[in-house]
Amino acid sequence: MKAGCVSTEPSPPLWLLAELTYACPLQCPYCSNPVDFAHFGPELDTQEWLSVLREARALGAVQLGFSGGEPLLRPDLEVLIAEAHRLGYYTNLITSGLRLDAARVERLREAGLDHIQLSFQASARELNDRMAGTASFEQKKAAARLVKAAGYPMVLCFVLYRDNIDCVPQMLALAEELGADYVELANTQYHGWALLNRERLMPSAEQVKTAERATNQYRAQSDGRMKVYYVVPDYHDGRPKACVNGWGSTFLTVTADGKALPCHSARDLPGLSFPDVRRQPLREIWYDSPLFNRFRGFDWMKEPCRSCPERERDFGGCRCQAYLLTGDAANADPACSQSPLHAAVRNAVAGAGESVSSQTLIFRNRRNSLTDAKPEPAPRKAQTWTP
Amino acid sequence: MSTVVDAAKVALAPGYRLQWEPAQQAHVLLYPEGMVSLNESAAEVLKRCDGRSLLALIEDLQQQYPDADLEADVREFMEVARDEGWLRVD
Repeated sequence: MKAGCVSTEPSPPLWLLAELTYACPLQCPYCSNPVDFAHFGPELDTQEWLSVLREARALGAVQLGFSGGEPLLRPDLEVLIAEAHRLGYYTNLITSGLRLDAARVERLREAGLDHIQLSFQASARELNDRMAGTASFEQKKAAARLVKAAGYPMVLCFVLYRDNIDCVPQMLALAEELGADYVELANTQYHGWALLNRERLMPSAEQVKTAERATNQYRAQSDGRMKVYYVVPDYHDGRPKACVNGWGSTFLTVTADGKALPCHSARDLPGLSFPDVRRQPLREIWYDSPLFNRFRGFDWMKEPCRSCPERERDFGGCRCQAYLLTGDAANADPACSQSPLHAAVRNAVAGAGESVSSQTLIFRNRRNSLTDAKPEPAPRKAQTWTP
Repeated sequence: MSTVVDAAKVALAPGYRLQWEPAQQAHVLLYPEGMVSLNESAAEVLKRCDGRSLLALIEDLQQQYPDADLEADVREFMEVARDEGWLRVD
């Protein structure tokens, strides 16, 4: 893409993320779902989702993630997968693995599901179950074995945070034991629930370095059968992430209640209206809606992004993070060391990993969602868990 | 990295799928949570990765494109594709 070249037609969406439901048996305090999900309207029904799948495929979407919440809670999941498969999508199920039994795995396979990603909260039962808010470790291991027994390629995903990041070698060992084909070690992105809990979740710079070393050591010593993706922590890296590969360029999220978004956190942004797939064709939403055009291309940028040679690589970083930490979504992502407001991130990192944090974790559940209406950086009152 | 020998049977790795995408006007290789958009020659090679031997694959391509000097490029591409994890080489 050429710099400043905004008159050209936007590229088609290639990725569709279908957040089928915000119901979830887990309560991870780093969940990327919106904090106020309990206030949202009714879920799309089967026919509405089938329309979304057809419309997005016609636009060009080919990678499809069924996510949530917990997508297995939708009884029509197999119907949606079967239609997605027929349409030519590559279908990914992103799940906690809870309530996944052999019969369900078989039904998913018959429907044409291509791949399953399982999340773990930690490599040891105690911490896994504490962070998940429910006993789930053994069920997850059992689910992983079922997934492999059915011949699926399997991604295991570990979100990294202060209390588990020192266990990267144990995570990789668990993944090997379960026969994972890919492991994703994803440093927490501080949106949604994770931002509420940032002080309690963020690892120290030293911890991050150690985790990176452990990852590289594994890569150097392993036979390469199991691939390891390491999602770098933008807070510590000084470089912003190329969020959603550029706003409105590749990714399309449709939420459980039918909003179409350029990224799953976009609802954090103020002053924007979020198009509804029940009321408007997806094609119109993708190409013509104010929301999808708001941060497309480069013309919306302010300095230092506007004249930055990196802008075509990182697109100015994450709009939601820019808003949440600087108050203006059009500012440079403060994770960038070039941002005049980078101190917001530097200070958070400097304070991270101190042995004692006064913050108590706020778990992601309906009750807390009703209490905590909108995410803001400041910690607030909510139902908490105490060890 | 080692070379792919003539007799090696080459196939797409489990979980990988090759298909034509009209919206991208390209063949793409799909895999768990990822996608590679392929140029024409890469697509021609990968289309033939169906369990046949490397030698048979090269012969087939040479028949299809008699004027092209493609053998060295194909061999190099096979190694790259194998190291990327796109192929199962037996």
